[in-house]
Amino acid sequence: MTVLVAAALVVVAAGGTAVVLTGGPAAQAVTLSGYGLLLTVLFAVLQAPDVGLAQLAVGTVVVPLMVMLTVRANARAARKRRR
Amino acid sequence: MSRRLRLWLFAVGAAGVAVLFLAAVLRMPEFGGVVHPLRAAVLDAAAAHRTPNVVSAVNYDQRAIDTFGEETLLLTAVVGAAALLRGGDDAPPPRPPRTMEAVRAVAYLVLPVTLLLGLATVVHGALTPGGGFQGGIVLGTAVHLVYLVGGRAALDRVRPVTVYVAGEAVGTAAFAATGLAAAATGAGFLANVLPFGTAGSVLSAGTVPLLSAAVGIEVASGVVVLLAGFLRQGTAGDEAAG
Repeated sequence: MTVLVAAALVVVAAGGTAVVLTGGPAAQAVTLSGYGLLLTVLFAVLQAPDVGLAQLAVGTVVVPLMVMLTVRANARAARKRRR
Repeated sequence: MSRRLRLWLFAVGAAGVAVLFLAAVLRMPEFGGVVHPLRAAVLDAAAAHRTPNVVSAVNYDQRAIDTFGEETLLLTAVVGAAALLRGGDDAPPPRPPRTMEAVRAVAYLVLPVTLLLGLATVVHGALTPGGGFQGGIVLGTAVHLVYLVGGRAALDRVRPVTVYVAGEAVGTAAFAATGLAAAATGAGFLANVLPFGTAGSVLSAGTVPLLSAAVGIEVASGVVVLLAGFLRQGTAGDEAAG
């Protein structure tokens, strides 16, 4: 069990670093979504399936989706200004 | 404030947090160990109110007042975001976007399963892992699988936002009303005054399933209202053009 927890923690640390090193908010939304999935695995390993469920929906779907939609709205507003 | 000063300020704050954090961690019970005084107290209180899901016993019974604070916090956040995201294009674009057939098929298959999982998580809040918050998040997200199938036009048809705006208020009000009803009996705000029933049945654990359902309604509605605002701003105009 300890090995699993340690492995999950290492993967989460690597995932977090990957999100930070991703350039641009649109690409970052995608890596953030993947990072949310890694956190879900960590919570499941730590025997917190309920937290994992909430994390899966919020961290993997809702937050990246809001970032993506904001990026799109901003890009459209910028195009409109140029015209 | 200069960059140098800001860095120093950060260093002082970070050092303080690090010292306090280390002091706290060093005095914590061993990770995964067997001795845990708080766990014992919480388990006894949960068992006394016949709530097998100890997390829900903490959230909706022992510390229900904290959950009420979080509910009003979420309500405030949703109202704030909705106020910022108001306006924009309300008329749904005429044609659905082009989505891969495989994605649409998966969305069709997964939608009923996800809705059922969300409902089950809310209703069994007192019994199994999860509860109103987790189930509500799943429900609020599940509704948006319709977007993958039919775009915003389909989503707007199955998800009238005004209903969810009302749901957000009703869920929060139901939580407060349950707490006030308990106070009216003299037991105190949000005290668990209902009969505890048989452990393991859906309607056991007193007020825990009621509060779980109230939170489920509020959180699901909040997610829908929030994403509706973002979708209105983020997808306006692109379906008609594409």
